[in-house]
Amino acid sequence: MSMCPTTVHQLLTIEDLVVKFPVAGGTREAVAGVSFMIARGEIVGLVGESGCGKSSLARAIMQIPRPASGRVLLDGVDLTRLHGNELRRIRNRMQMIFQEPLASLNPLKTIGDSVAFPLRVAGGATPDAIRLQSCEALAAVGLDPDQFYHRTPARLSGGQCQRAAIARALVNRPELLVCDEPTASLDVSVQAQIINLLQDLNQSCRLSLLFISHDLALVKHISHRVAVMYQGRLCELAPCATLFDAPLHPYTGALIAAASGSTPRGSAAPPTHGDSSAGCRFYSACSRAASSCRQQPPELRQIRPEHWVACHIPN
Amino acid sequence: MSATELLVLDQLTVELQSKNGTIRPVDSLSLTLAQGQILALVGESGSGKSMLCRAILGLVASHGRIIFDGSPIGQLSEQELNQLRGREIGVVLQDPLSSLNPVMTIGEQIMEPMRLHLGIGRSAAKSRALGLLQATGIPSPAERFASYPHQLSGGLRQRVAIASALACEPKLLIADEPTTALDATLQREILLLLERLRRERNMAILLVSHDLGMVADYTDQVAVMYAGRIVEQAPAATLFSRMRMHYSAALLNATLRLDAPRRSRLPGITGQPPDFSALPPGCRFAPRCPCAGERCQQEEPPLVSDQELQQRYACWFPLMSRMQGGSV
Repeated sequence: MSMCPTTVHQLLTIEDLVVKFPVAGGTREAVAGVSFMIARGEIVGLVGESGCGKSSLARAIMQIPRPASGRVLLDGVDLTRLHGNELRRIRNRMQMIFQEPLASLNPLKTIGDSVAFPLRVAGGATPDAIRLQSCEALAAVGLDPDQFYHRTPARLSGGQCQRAAIARALVNRPELLVCDEPTASLDVSVQAQIINLLQDLNQSCRLSLLFISHDLALVKHISHRVAVMYQGRLCELAPCATLFDAPLHPYTGALIAAASGSTPRGSAAPPTHGDSSAGCRFYSACSRAASSCRQQPPELRQIRPEHWVACHIPN
Repeated sequence: MSATELLVLDQLTVELQSKNGTIRPVDSLSLTLAQGQILALVGESGSGKSMLCRAILGLVASHGRIIFDGSPIGQLSEQELNQLRGREIGVVLQDPLSSLNPVMTIGEQIMEPMRLHLGIGRSAAKSRALGLLQATGIPSPAERFASYPHQLSGGLRQRVAIASALACEPKLLIADEPTTALDATLQREILLLLERLRRERNMAILLVSHDLGMVADYTDQVAVMYAGRIVEQAPAATLFSRMRMHYSAALLNATLRLDAPRRSRLPGITGQPPDFSALPPGCRFAPRCPCAGERCQQEEPPLVSDQELQQRYACWFPLMSRMQGGSV
């Protein structure tokens, strides 16, 4: 099953990914069978509320920790079957940046050392080459190597730290960058700089991005396609403009309405994750729910070209 | 000075000692908040917003005058301040998980200030606490009463923090980035809640935020802060229709709105807010301002008032009204 025209080269393919965490009295599925693809040079946005499994999905793609089941294919190679050096080698091709830039950099290392670290792990390069390449990476994200190479993270602002984290992620020239809320802790003025930088990298290097955020306006700005996640499952996947102009899933509609401030959702009870009843997970909060929704979980199906939705009664 | 003024800050200055000498994260700042009014204080990280809140609460030493409800509170003793904090002035902070006590039930935490400040009995406090949980939109308050903070979601925790701040019916609520740690959908819910509580209780709110777009719909007054000073202030409607400061415009321009047309690039603000130990000689925003002239580099613009529009701004070359919303 293809979720993009077959002529487009798929870089990342995720098939039926499941992530489980132990909780008191059993396990909880943070990601409950998610499948989608990212093409080379494509930016896929992933939105959903806190706790819907966005970050767990991102980490499972990176194999930290490994998913409980399902496959993650990078250029046809199944990462879930790789171990040790094989996995380390393929990680050069995919990198991740995190929400808290200060927490993701080693406070005792200089920025230069942090950026050079992936090159040292990869091995095979001379110290001079490593230094040159890390300086190039710093320059590419707008940090002057002369000024920043020897500084520690504490002497950088939040935006500069995030740039350094991006430089570290890019130093091995990956093909895929997983961004988990990269600007959530930054000022709007700095957010704009980081977003512009990511878009430039996408265009100049055909870097693919999985861009995770709870900020719909931001996702709308940067993404080519958008996936909406609710309680561990994808409920909708569509090209960006289609998703925002004509959402098919009631949850997507509710998210957009809430974010644009037109109809606040009121104080609906928070989702109860323990409720793994047979039917649709959005059942209790859905205005359109019918009896079939309670009995059978909706599968993600293609309703229009490139527009996938998991709902028995889509708009 | 009219009788409705609740909080008056007059030439308030906070001085701190740093490695590079004395710095002033709040510098000769004057601001007035009327009873029952919501004033949004907006600016980037490091502009001095939180330091201002701390100064009002007496948590850092400050010069200048702070007049609360008619009497100066700048020089009160710690004991006298304790009578004020939590009782007359409530506080909600950014991260509810770190501002709530993890080993106390949420019910106890909401009852504590009432029992301490108002000396009311357990059962009366409990019924008031339940009422507050209800008022702040927490579903099934009676069940939640015995919950611990970690058992609640981020949005519910922030509601609990608000309920606790409201326990003694303060006249002023200081909310320092109350929605920053929350989802976009929850942010609006919390702002709506604050706006409703203000109406119901005639409580003034000082709402600190870095998101100019988000606060636009929920406040009466907006004050924009930069490098320790107010650079522009106006009633919300006036500010958004007749923005005068390039900094406010740039801040607004960098905000993304879901209903806005898609732009190919986001207009950010180049550079960083200035280091307090090395402030530029002229306008503090001049090094980052696209319209800065020679005068801006040399002379600091005063905060001038437009009486008719109740607007204040500090700029030598203010935006014209025809450049609404700022095309920086």
